[in-house]
Amino acid sequence: MSAAMQGTHLASAQMTYLEAIVQAQIEELERDERVVMMGEDLAVYGDGKVVARFGPDRIWSTPISETSFTGAGIGAAITGLRPIVALSIASFMYLAADPIINQAAKLRYMTGGQVRVPIVFRCSLYYGRSIAAQHSDRPYPMFINIPGLKIVCPASAADIKGLLKSAVRDDDPVMIFEDARLWPVKGPVPTDREWLVPIGKAEVKQAGTDVTIVAIAGAMRPSLEAAEVLKAEGISVEIIDPRTLKPLDTETIVNSVAKTGRLVIVENAHRLCSLSSEIAAIVGEEAFGLLKKPIQRLTAPDVHVPFSPALEKIMFPDRDKIVAAVKQIL
Amino acid sequence: MLLNQEQRLEAYRRMLRIRRFEEEGTRLYKAGKIPGAFHASIGQEATIVGACMALRDDDSMTGTHRSHGHPIGKGAELSGLMAELMGKQTGICKGRGGSMHLADNTVGIIGESAIVGGGIPLATGCALSAKVRRTDQVSLCFFGDGAVNQGTFHESLNMAALWKLPVVYLCENNGYAITTSLAKSHGQPSIAKRAEAYGMPGVMVDGQDVRAVYEAAHAAVARGRRGDGPTLIEAKTYRFDEHQVGLFIPGEPYRSPEEVGQHRQSRDPILLFRSALLGAGVSKAELSSIESEVQRGVDKAVQFATSSPFPDPATLCDYMYSESISYPDPYTKRCWEAR
Repeated sequence: MSAAMQGTHLASAQMTYLEAIVQAQIEELERDERVVMMGEDLAVYGDGKVVARFGPDRIWSTPISETSFTGAGIGAAITGLRPIVALSIASFMYLAADPIINQAAKLRYMTGGQVRVPIVFRCSLYYGRSIAAQHSDRPYPMFINIPGLKIVCPASAADIKGLLKSAVRDDDPVMIFEDARLWPVKGPVPTDREWLVPIGKAEVKQAGTDVTIVAIAGAMRPSLEAAEVLKAEGISVEIIDPRTLKPLDTETIVNSVAKTGRLVIVENAHRLCSLSSEIAAIVGEEAFGLLKKPIQRLTAPDVHVPFSPALEKIMFPDRDKIVAAVKQIL
Repeated sequence: MLLNQEQRLEAYRRMLRIRRFEEEGTRLYKAGKIPGAFHASIGQEATIVGACMALRDDDSMTGTHRSHGHPIGKGAELSGLMAELMGKQTGICKGRGGSMHLADNTVGIIGESAIVGGGIPLATGCALSAKVRRTDQVSLCFFGDGAVNQGTFHESLNMAALWKLPVVYLCENNGYAITTSLAKSHGQPSIAKRAEAYGMPGVMVDGQDVRAVYEAAHAAVARGRRGDGPTLIEAKTYRFDEHQVGLFIPGEPYRSPEEVGQHRQSRDPILLFRSALLGAGVSKAELSSIESEVQRGVDKAVQFATSSPFPDPATLCDYMYSESISYPDPYTKRCWEAR
């Protein structure tokens, strides 16, 4: 349970990350009749309960036309609805990228604020399943480069529920990258329907004094495991979950580095121009003098995700790599 | 449905407003007063106005990079449009859009997309929204002959027909996608015929005849309001000027000067409509009064735009994001503003 939740003694229920996604959508669809869902084969990708609960005016089961149903969602958002567009697997975001980038992200600015685009684009990071490179991408870094978008990438059941609900209520386009590795992971989730996690606020998952680890989505679990191993050796690790990738809560990260003087960043996206690159640059600019050792980045290499499990399993940072990276800068 | 007398004069006024606005804009562009690229709608006024006259004020609309005519056709004020062309703070888009993006939301325009075919899904979404909200609004989607070869055309028309969405797809077929003719880019040169494949009516009209465009658009709008679904209208029109003002295109001309001259002489939508109005008994004095009123309006818009300030550099980041939602947690701060 997160520090924020512990402090407030909220009523909560145990549920998986995937159940929290479904619950968040049901609550928001029930709360606001302007909320609609659009996507392909929604029931196949975990939203069966949502599809069963609402009529076809609320749940638009679309043809395989990612570019245009995404664009249609944007037109609907501008004219009074609050659509949740489900793109299922993150690699399909490339097909939806033109309307997301050229229309959703830009129209508020390009019209001088005449229109707003309250829309959510959901997709899952679907790697580690031997489905090869065209279904396994973690493409959030390229969207971080687009002004006008907000991007969240939660790592716990509570956070995905609270952030998805915040995204639906936000007046700007919000992209949600859901880590499919986390779908079965259970955790306490507040049951209050008005409980939200704010977009743009990181969380200190675990306080520590020797080294800071910033871990994103599916990289959180091996980072927590690594911290356990290190704790047994007397090394105190502080772990930060940014939760929102854009706008990034740099203050929480810099404050932690000020305390520890050491930074390891862990994520499963490819290395070049990743979020790790950006965090490293920010800390280099704003907190260089606080660093005792060089920043370490642990990412997937600049190689496509291979099909064979023998190859795919070495792609991503694991507990041992994280432990080794920490020890390298002690 | 035919245009009544009052509507015919309003149609003439709007067509002339587009023509004079574009002529003045072209002059200012050549004089260096308008930055960027200038795509004039001269020659295509009847198609734009005929379609817009079939709409209500609360109907949504999307347009294209050739964007100046669309808001004027829908009834927008000229001053904010001209100021936008000059990149002024008083521009309809606060100087963030410019020539290819003259979207005026006060008349229902949600965007003018300079990505060819980009507005087609958005207009489809406006219609979906109207259906969910149970209004009888329709949406009008302008695009060119080039856009029908984009995937968004195929995807969107299929969805609109499938869900019987109230949208009017209006193709301004001016014969050329920049320099590429229909013959060189379309396996099926009839755009209207494509409608049948999607399960919706396809209508071809003379885009130089404002009455014909209005009648086709009116029938399509009525069909949409009844809940019977979308219509594709192909309006055959012609762009009198170059794709953009001052564009130099090396090599063989893609259309002959004779072809352009012939259209300017005998297919000018404003001259054609003027003759028809005179033939129907409208007095020359009445038309002259509209003509001078339009000229005064354009002059006023130029005056307004010229005397308006450029945007303050301190406002560079304005209009990027909406206000943050109010979270229950007091520790939330709008940290994207800080960076």
